[in-house]
Amino acid sequence: MATLKSKIPEGTLAEKWTNYKAHQNLVNPANKRKLEVIVVGTGLAGAAAAASLGELGFKVKNFCIQDSPRRAHSIAAQGGINAAKNYPNDGDSIYRLFYDTIKGGDYRSREANVYRLAEVSNNIIDQCVAQGVPFAREYGGLLDNRSFGGALVSRTFYARGQTGQQLLLGAYSALSKEVSRGSVEMYVRREMLDLVIIDGRARGIITRNTVTGEIERFAAHAVVLATGGYGNVFFLSTNAMNSNGSAAWQCYKRGAVFGNPCMVQIHPTCIPVHGDYQSKLTLMSESLRNDGRIWVPKNKEDAEKIQKGQLKPTEIKEEDRDYYLERRYPAFGNLVPRDVASRAAKERCDAGYGVGNTGLAVYLDFKHAIERLGKEVIEARYGNLFQMYEKIVDENPYETPMMIYPAIHYTMGGIWVDYELQTTIPGLFAAGEANFSDHGANRLGASALMQGLADGYFVIPYTVQNYLADQINVPFFKTDLPEFEQAEKEVRDKLEKLLNNNGSTTVDTFHKKLGLLMWDHVGMARNKEGLEEAIKEIRALRDAFWKDVKVPGSLKGVNVELEKATRVADFLELGELMAMDALNREESCGGHFREEYQTEEGEAVRNDKDYMFVSAWEYKGSDQEPVLNKESLKYEYIEVKTRNYKEAKS
Amino acid sequence: MNLTLKIWRQPGPDEKGKFVNYPISDVSPESSFLEMMDVLNEQLIAKGEEPVAFDHDCREGICGMCSMYINGRPHGPDDAITTCQLHMRKFKDGDTITIEPWRAKPFPVIKDLIVDRSSFDEIIQAGGFISVDTGGIPDANAIPIPKLNADLAMDAASCIGCGACVAACKNASAMLFVSAKVSQFALLPQGKIEAKRRVQKMVAKMDELGFGNCTNTYACEAECPKEIKVTNIARMNREFFAAKVRAEK
Amino acid sequence: MGNSLTQSSLTKKYVMAFAGLFLITFLFVHMSINMLVLLPATDTFNIAAHFMGTNILIKVFEVVLFGGFLIHIIYGLILQIQNWMARPNRYKIEGWSHTSPFSKFMIHTAVIIFIFLVIHLGDFYIKAKFLGQVEDVMIGGEAYHNLGALVIAKFQMGIYVIGYIVAILILAFHLHHGFQSGFQSLGLNHTKYTPLIKSLSTLVSIVLAIGYITIPLVIYFGNY
Repeated sequence: MATLKSKIPEGTLAEKWTNYKAHQNLVNPANKRKLEVIVVGTGLAGAAAAASLGELGFKVKNFCIQDSPRRAHSIAAQGGINAAKNYPNDGDSIYRLFYDTIKGGDYRSREANVYRLAEVSNNIIDQCVAQGVPFAREYGGLLDNRSFGGALVSRTFYARGQTGQQLLLGAYSALSKEVSRGSVEMYVRREMLDLVIIDGRARGIITRNTVTGEIERFAAHAVVLATGGYGNVFFLSTNAMNSNGSAAWQCYKRGAVFGNPCMVQIHPTCIPVHGDYQSKLTLMSESLRNDGRIWVPKNKEDAEKIQKGQLKPTEIKEEDRDYYLERRYPAFGNLVPRDVASRAAKERCDAGYGVGNTGLAVYLDFKHAIERLGKEVIEARYGNLFQMYEKIVDENPYETPMMIYPAIHYTMGGIWVDYELQTTIPGLFAAGEANFSDHGANRLGASALMQGLADGYFVIPYTVQNYLADQINVPFFKTDLPEFEQAEKEVRDKLEKLLNNNGSTTVDTFHKKLGLLMWDHVGMARNKEGLEEAIKEIRALRDAFWKDVKVPGSLKGVNVELEKATRVADFLELGELMAMDALNREESCGGHFREEYQTEEGEAVRNDKDYMFVSAWEYKGSDQEPVLNKESLKYEYIEVKTRNYKEAKS
Repeated sequence: MNLTLKIWRQPGPDEKGKFVNYPISDVSPESSFLEMMDVLNEQLIAKGEEPVAFDHDCREGICGMCSMYINGRPHGPDDAITTCQLHMRKFKDGDTITIEPWRAKPFPVIKDLIVDRSSFDEIIQAGGFISVDTGGIPDANAIPIPKLNADLAMDAASCIGCGACVAACKNASAMLFVSAKVSQFALLPQGKIEAKRRVQKMVAKMDELGFGNCTNTYACEAECPKEIKVTNIARMNREFFAAKVRAEK
Repeated sequence: MGNSLTQSSLTKKYVMAFAGLFLITFLFVHMSINMLVLLPATDTFNIAAHFMGTNILIKVFEVVLFGGFLIHIIYGLILQIQNWMARPNRYKIEGWSHTSPFSKFMIHTAVIIFIFLVIHLGDFYIKAKFLGQVEDVMIGGEAYHNLGALVIAKFQMGIYVIGYIVAILILAFHLHHGFQSGFQSLGLNHTKYTPLIKSLSTLVSIVLAIGYITIPLVIYFGNY
């Protein structure tokens, strides 16, 4: 069994990070040049880490799957980024942001990590403003804040509906600065296919150049994985088409344990599915819930008529509408956390009150907001989102309510890391969505951007340096070492096996089947029977995949189908682990809802006695079951409570 | 809907390309353009033919990766969108749709509809940043910025780097892209400090890479999925002029 | 001016804009003097033409003017060649985004204007200045080139009138884009004033077109 040492520093909560920095090991400037770091991924965490490590003087190699580091999927985050600045003077503090994050995560994250996150959140805003990120401002010239789902204070900084884009472009500009300075070497259109371990430490990666098709080897003293989440295991998600879990999955198979794989966030406000050719789901920013009111018809007959197209939502009288979030959660109303809002929508639709032609949608109505604030204010706040909705659905949300439905959005689970963001493989670090760390069982809105940048700018540069301090005499690695030979051979064999399979079914067909299985059994609501069924079916689907998948083309040159095939092959394994984790966790918490564990009103029932731990799964080979390790969570600074969004007490 | 797709096929960067016609039937008007391409590719694979290679990623109009020149327009026949946001309801049953890659010397074709846009990264690396390192930064509210400037900077910063401006311009000029970044920083006090150096370096890199010159036709503005304005180009012209006039040598 | 090949694209555009806007001022001066030919007697015109041809200040200015033309032409060509080189492979379906059509044909209109310019210089300027092929006329006891008579003679030929009018219309197209484009190139774009400049651009091209076209029409249809 792996030993999970969280390495939490000494001192009170507020002192821990200061203590760590005060006592950590450093590398002198002349020696930094002699140390190489590979950073995989150029999203918020990856680009920020690569740039910051480069600034310090390390030799950095940075990899991305797209044609430019600027396209990483962090770019699609819309709403905002949290920080405990308390600019609006509404009672926010580092402690409160820490508290809200732990509580929002349903008490399944590590106190020390989350406190550090809240602590550095303020530095992030300073950093981004200095980089020229055009955050929204007041007429007085100071920064504007707004409130976001699950919070009682306004602590969210934003740049229209494109906050992720602006923060990523900020990190990208810092990265570009380091590329021009020569401290970072950029490798685009590369897909990491394996991790190379030498004498028990992570020392390199194997990539495929997706333009030439070459299999390449890269060596370094340490590797930082910032490859994002694995939401695309569901096929339909709000993730980008190229987002995948393969890099993380290779690390898992090389010995890094995987934390909380079942913890998946379902975002309540996405545009509903419209057909079976659909390739992805589009998110509508959660900020819409600030002014929009969510409802379904009170009467089932009305819902049925709407589904058949016989009735329009605008024809339903006010007293016949069920604003179910406001009804169930009077204190937070439409601003309850994402998991609560998503499940409530599913509950209504499953009960037959859903709208749209599929019955799998609820209304998000701006009628009252427009009456109260005027169309202009609404347009200023959400104009681009309304426009986007209209382009996709061909309906005008100023006149008729939007339709929304939950969709897979974010994975709280990921590679297990300690306080230093180091995995169980020495020298392998994981940052951003790729690690499991800070969000527990559920992530609050506007916290993903915060975590990605906190890891990249303010944690990784310290902890990687601490790790490298005793490596200064280790010379640059050559890539002709037997460990590289072996890893490349395994990659090559796998790719050739896929290419020579002579099957008859396309990769997407398998991916869609897997997605449906996952959505039905490992999605918003899970139960023992369904999860057992899912495990069985995923195994069968995996066998079918390897027997019958059809991958055209060759290893040489651009081969998109081959790229997809390697990812789906990994998803077919990852999906099973998610189901196993969900089956093991016999409680409902955050994004993980087990139907067996709920109150009569349908609220989640957590089991703190038996499940207040992080599941950390350890790979034992393809023919063996993975082993479950447990990192138990201790709450010394906050009282563990049942989440309650019905009353305003916190 | 039944359609004929006339698609540019080119096996590799140094190989010759040609148009190939593909009929496609039963296309849903509700599907997006790229979903239609997905369906085509599934059909091609089933027939044992090589699927059409095209760039795409986020499919929600923000990553800037999709890049098709459809019926004479970058990102196809709709305003202010990317190809991934284009829906088939914009076409009529029986239409022939011509799909080409972006064409510009600094955007060489890699395969089929995929082009290499790393020249944009090179321009940013030449100076499209503010030279601050991580840490040691004053409070975010230490320097107030007029809301108008912040808003104009945001307008410029919303560029997604897709290259539609270059593709649309009859001269394959990158002025809109470059000026958007120059403008964003020129409008903010943080960016003013190295504004002169920045604009000169970025323009020099743009020229060196072989982009064409601006003849103020404004096709870039008309086709920009993020509706970035040519006033940014004028601002860059001013910035550049001021930098040259005041330069020491 | 430095090496025009290694100058930045923006510098070349400034030079184009300055030269272009300068040439527009010349077009106004030229038009005003031409108008004199319509006066009952061609004497005033001939005296003015003589002044333009002999005054020392004007002679200096003439060099500047030719310089302006030359620079505008050479820079225009360099820019255009670079523009062609920036897209070695053309599109099958060329784009036609809904932008000003005038802006798309600057090089084409430029070539026609250049041809016209050569013919025009050959017909009047070179004949008078270098070949001495223009007859003299006595005004107040002094000999002047009778350019007035030459102009009137030319504009009594239908084919010449048509050619002239077409050339002027094309020049107007060129200016319609060129005038306001010059301001943009110099960085003068402002939400409040640019619409004004654009209207002014239309006005300039229309005024110049009407002014220049009036002369041959009046001569051809009038009693000269």
